[in-house]
Amino acid sequence: MILASVLTTNLAILVLAGFIGFVVISKVPNTLHTPLMSGTNAIHGIVLLGGLILFGLAGLDAFSKALLVIAVAFGTINIVGGFLVTDRMLDMFKSRPKPRGGEDGSADDGKAGSDGKAGS
Amino acid sequence: MTGLPLATSFLQSESFIYVLYIVAFALFIQGLRGLSGPTGAVRGNRIAAVGMGIAVLATLLSPGEGNWGLIALGIALGVAVGVPAARQVKMTAMPQMVALFNGVGGGAVAIIAWVEFRNHGSTYGSHLAVRTFESGPFVEHAIVHTGALPTYVAIFSVFAAIVGSISFWGSNIAFGKLQEILPGRPISLGSAQQIVNLVLLILVLAAGIDLISGAHSELLFIGMLIVAALLGNAVVLPIGGADMPVVISLLNAFTGLSAAATGMALNNPALIVAGMIVGASGSILTNLMATAMNRSIPSIVAGGFGGGGAVEGAEGAGEHHGTVRSTSASDAAIQLAYANRVVVVPGYGMAVAQAQHAVRELTKELEARGVEVSYAIHPVAGRMPGHMNVLLAEADVPYDQLKEMDDANPEFQRTDVSLVIGANDVTNPAAKNTPSSPIYGMPILEVSDSRSVIVIKRSMNPGFAGIENELYFDPKTAMLFGDAKSAVSEITAELSAL
Repeated sequence: MILASVLTTNLAILVLAGFIGFVVISKVPNTLHTPLMSGTNAIHGIVLLGGLILFGLAGLDAFSKALLVIAVAFGTINIVGGFLVTDRMLDMFKSRPKPRGGEDGSADDGKAGSDGKAGS
Repeated sequence: MTGLPLATSFLQSESFIYVLYIVAFALFIQGLRGLSGPTGAVRGNRIAAVGMGIAVLATLLSPGEGNWGLIALGIALGVAVGVPAARQVKMTAMPQMVALFNGVGGGAVAIIAWVEFRNHGSTYGSHLAVRTFESGPFVEHAIVHTGALPTYVAIFSVFAAIVGSISFWGSNIAFGKLQEILPGRPISLGSAQQIVNLVLLILVLAAGIDLISGAHSELLFIGMLIVAALLGNAVVLPIGGADMPVVISLLNAFTGLSAAATGMALNNPALIVAGMIVGASGSILTNLMATAMNRSIPSIVAGGFGGGGAVEGAEGAGEHHGTVRSTSASDAAIQLAYANRVVVVPGYGMAVAQAQHAVRELTKELEARGVEVSYAIHPVAGRMPGHMNVLLAEADVPYDQLKEMDDANPEFQRTDVSLVIGANDVTNPAAKNTPSSPIYGMPILEVSDSRSVIVIKRSMNPGFAGIENELYFDPKTAMLFGDAKSAVSEITAELSAL
């Protein structure tokens, strides 16, 4: 009974999360699809939690521990790298609506220059 | 735990940790909602990052958590690799980066499933096993009452292992192709490929079912991981470079779904929700990309484009050798300067040449002369969804100049000059006119409708699809051969000298 409720509760979460995902992601415009992908890279870094949970098990042998270190490192790469690179990308979009007249070029050039340095 | 102060036991209580997980996934969803427009996007990303921080913290608070030194080591390794990678990657290399990150995520999922099997595999398929989970916030809950690891845990765990392994290897191959470590052209076993794939799939499913029903063999589990790895290789290797946006999106979905399965196996709501959202995102993008190429996902995965495309491309090359008119930077500059309306059609060639800044300079110069400039962006321009928009944003191109395909196409007829920079297949009129072409039916930018066309291209080599482009033989098309960046800079220099 309890077992069934744990499974069914989680299945309900699974299905609802799928629907919410479809609704939320459908609203992301084409322009932002690359940041969306790197952002979802960061979010699936959540598998880090799986590694952390298993590290709490008693009686892990050395090989299991070595594997888990890799898993935790992989998850962290996803989270840290994913969020940082998404932030970098979105920052370039953020400055967009400002230069309507195209005459505040000096401020923009400064920004582009610093981004260029970070990028090379 | 009886000796601990009350506050600690509250912080470590299952309900409190569960609430933190709920807060975390609420923040993920709220963060992604921010991505619906560029203004809220930076904030959205940061909100999602805060959610991630909370989820990690909640897990570290869980009772029985241990091996702190090793956890710190893993996180330190991840930060040491992830931070410089994210800081230094060039915007042109984003597809590789995303492919690599997909793979890393899939790899983590497969490893976690493996460790879980090493430690609990003996209870798979058995309902009599003694309680073995000493910790893990919620799995414990289920086991305390039944004394066995339920079968569904084994099912989700095996699913995660298979899909994670496929995603890891498939993504690494995609990375290799995009980074040009591996040839971008399809590598396949020809007609035997689909049979091989089918055999691998059957093998991997058989191993999985055997494990779920109680085969307590780690060797079998490792064998299953290896066959899944082979399947990942076998599926992605035959896919040509032109289909990469679809493949990356698909692998993104795979990694997400495998993370959700891990969440089901470990009974962790944050993992389930985050995994499903990523799965949904990957699925939507896969569908979108496939539609933009007029291709079905099964036919891409079956590797149809590769062989057929290359053969037909070779035939096309024989048929077509019409005359190609080449032009010079100064002629191109004059042509552009006296136009009323210019549409820039950027493609991957512009990206590899890092020419986006040079293009921006050119269009600024044209605008100063009163020329109306816009950019027509094909959904699959570049090597991943939305790639071209990022590159142009990096070069400070204003939003309102970026036109999506459906808005751009009707306007070509009143365009004086279309400037095609490093785009090839997405401008090929064969997609509309030549039913025998492998890209027939693919939606294209109707560049050939404009009054004249200038194509900047390195050479007459065909694009990633391996097909000759009829546009280049059109009498109103002039070819400017050269590297995109230097060619565009030359035009700009000529233009300012006019």
